[in-house]
Amino acid sequence: MTATGSFSRRDFLKTGATAGAGLTVAIYLPGCRRGEPEAAAAAAAVAKPTFLPNAWVRVGPDGWTTVMVDRSEMGQGVTTSLPMLVAEELDADWRKVRIEQAPAAEEYINPAFGLQGTGGSSSVRAGFKPLREAGARARAMLIAAAAATWGVDAKDLKTEKGVVIGPGGKKLTYGALADKAATMPVPETVTLKDPKDWKLIGTNVGRLDLVPKVTGQAGFGIDATAPGMLTAVVARPPVFGGKVKSFDATAAKASPGVKQVIQIGSGIAVVADGYWNAKKGRDALKVEWDNGPLGGSSSESIRQKFVSLSSRPGVTARNDGNAATALARGAKKIEAVYEVPYLAHACMEPMNTAAHVRSDGVTVWSPTQFQMGRGIGAKGIAAKIGGVPEEKVEVITTYLGGGFGRRFELDFVVEAVEASKATGAPVKVVWSREDDTQHDFYRPATYNKLAAALDQDGAPVAWTHRIVGPSIMARFEPVFGPLPKGIDGSSVEAAVDLPYELPNVKVEWVRADVGVPVGFWRSVGNSQNAFIVESFIDELAHAAGKDPYEFRRGLLEKHPRHKAVLELAAEKAGWGRPLPEGRARGIALQESFGSWVAEVAEVSVSPEGKPKVHRIVCAVDCGTVVNPDIVAAQMESAIVYGLSAALSGEITLKDGRVVQGNFDTYPVLRMNEMPVVEVHLVKNSEPPGGVGEPGTPPAAPAVCNAIFALTGKRVRRLPIRPDEIKPA
Amino acid sequence: MISLTINGKTQSVEVAPDTPLLWVLRDTVGLTGTKFGCGAGLCGACTVHLDGQAVRSCQLPVSSAEGKKVTTIEGLSADASHKVQRAWISEQVPQCGYCQPGQIMSAVALLAKTPKPTDDEIDAAMSGNLCRCGTYQRVRRAIHVAAGQEKGGTV
Repeated sequence: MTATGSFSRRDFLKTGATAGAGLTVAIYLPGCRRGEPEAAAAAAAVAKPTFLPNAWVRVGPDGWTTVMVDRSEMGQGVTTSLPMLVAEELDADWRKVRIEQAPAAEEYINPAFGLQGTGGSSSVRAGFKPLREAGARARAMLIAAAAATWGVDAKDLKTEKGVVIGPGGKKLTYGALADKAATMPVPETVTLKDPKDWKLIGTNVGRLDLVPKVTGQAGFGIDATAPGMLTAVVARPPVFGGKVKSFDATAAKASPGVKQVIQIGSGIAVVADGYWNAKKGRDALKVEWDNGPLGGSSSESIRQKFVSLSSRPGVTARNDGNAATALARGAKKIEAVYEVPYLAHACMEPMNTAAHVRSDGVTVWSPTQFQMGRGIGAKGIAAKIGGVPEEKVEVITTYLGGGFGRRFELDFVVEAVEASKATGAPVKVVWSREDDTQHDFYRPATYNKLAAALDQDGAPVAWTHRIVGPSIMARFEPVFGPLPKGIDGSSVEAAVDLPYELPNVKVEWVRADVGVPVGFWRSVGNSQNAFIVESFIDELAHAAGKDPYEFRRGLLEKHPRHKAVLELAAEKAGWGRPLPEGRARGIALQESFGSWVAEVAEVSVSPEGKPKVHRIVCAVDCGTVVNPDIVAAQMESAIVYGLSAALSGEITLKDGRVVQGNFDTYPVLRMNEMPVVEVHLVKNSEPPGGVGEPGTPPAAPAVCNAIFALTGKRVRRLPIRPDEIKPA
Repeated sequence: MISLTINGKTQSVEVAPDTPLLWVLRDTVGLTGTKFGCGAGLCGACTVHLDGQAVRSCQLPVSSAEGKKVTTIEGLSADASHKVQRAWISEQVPQCGYCQPGQIMSAVALLAKTPKPTDDEIDAAMSGNLCRCGTYQRVRRAIHVAAGQEKGGTV
């Protein structure tokens, strides 16, 4: 072992022997870390692939199969689930499957979005057919090569674990066939396996990215390096929309290790020989800011604007029956206002990107969720700034230390490319935690007015919901075109998709852009709207004097998949059974990204009003499951993300600036607050649904509904405030 | 010049004595397994061992590491053969993986002092290590597995 922990293929093989099956897989994410020669050596130890039938599959004469992973690995498991799809149809020997991060290239563009990117819990959904077909095509060509070699009919041949088996049991390995397979015609059509014949799909194959992640070898964006690379820390306007008025770089330039101080689009970059010196240089920098029009804004002023806009009608997003009339005629009317705050993403790895702009091209090392497409993405942006055509830009996607939608943005990529262009050197821009918290694209704050009516029997007859909040998608109108019917779908999702049997429903959206940057935050609009509608339906259940689970269940006759997860979660949680003194249960349900999730939370509240979540039981129907343990892990993860938001997540503004900075002022869930999380899968053969996000939306309402059951206090604004739920 | 012993290897670095050990490891020595998360001792991503004790390297001036043994994630094993790394794999703990070097270093220090930790002892030792992917439940299980208190998972 060396000090840098070199990692040869021999080590990988050894790992397989010592750490259990399923690990003998070399992992090569190129060019993004110290010890690159070792990584290159590890890659070189695998023979150069000679059979490259399509964009995803490579087979070398040594029989190693390389799967090109064209989505960003940010924890959700694509470097395992996507290769499983390819390897299943290829009948590859899983122990000789390795992964390589795909470049930014046209063939990897997701046709649904017209871009190569990772988001919307879409990777397995989008890749399910094309990746299996890619494997099947490669397999057909390997069979054709064996048939030609043996002079037999291809249809008499079988495959198993990287071997073609012929008449009389004779065998040829994929490695031995690789060269010849490369000369075979690519089949136009392929028949995919019957699901009953799947060997990998549906099994708990171990993740392929874990050895580098437990040894410190995994290359994240922040680990990128290249000869002569400098590090930049950027001073950005403290107020959104602000600008540099003037700056004095004298002291910064005199600071040890500082090489240059340059103005870029987002502010002033202090470029030094490393992060610490760059940061100290920035501390010494004097900048006078032009705060712009938002200098006087605050959370309170934004809220007042929302309140005032809430008295006006919005754009109608759903209109069934006549909600106004039904509301007026109902036997019992319930009204409520719900509010959610801005939220930061708080990825563990602060934003960063490295770039090298040369006259002949640009190299970008980035933990990005958005490689290319529609003239933007890391590739398009780097080409524009670098003044080169896109084909002269190389985007090296590193591992992402969390993404959650934050890394779909390109602001940190722009900074790196601009800083490299201005300095003429390879530059890595690294954000501090405070930079990350204060210059995010936040989950939108919204203000919501709801009303509903019950009939004599307690059945809901009317539901109105007016959402006041900013638009995320408006920013992308130049790329994706105008908002359809003037509505940002992300602002109203989950609110318009209300599954419950309700004859009269009206959902409106009042757009309220206030200059605070907003963006995609794990599960996007579902994250706040599920809290709102699943809390309000709970209010209706209590107003009707009914059990909140039975009330929901009775309204889901036309939505069997909703009903099934609700029933499974309730059953596994022991709904209705006694709990220890001082605890109560709450339930919530939401479909998002093609998956149905119900959660039951078990909660207690301290005398000071501090909630404790003891247990979350989650039931998920995500259709066909590629890797059950990865699905479970994503539910655990998404639930924790939702709990952090419910219990403490809040970004506030004062004098146009974000008040919070580090994890002391923007706390997130810690080990001692972690509940037991149980995940139960509904088994069926429907097409796969998304799994990265759908676990988040039900978490907050399940907890808040439990708090109501326990205390009688209804949480109508997040995060949960102890003084509002404290027992009297 | 400051002399450091990192993962058993002694070397000299030319940095200001108040530079945090984290940045010396990452930017000067080139050991990037130790991660930057907060720069304020609040998240634990930068956890390393100083004479066997878990410390936050972002808060430790490099001069205080002189004459002491520094162990980083790279020093546990390069092939994931350390029992805690093995447990991390058997329980499929990492997701994005960014916080995991810090989690593992905290867990190794805990087990050195407390070979059979209770859940409360795990809470006490591990609550300084944040994970935004929410892997805490698996971290807890992996610690019990590494301690021999629970049987490893299926992988």
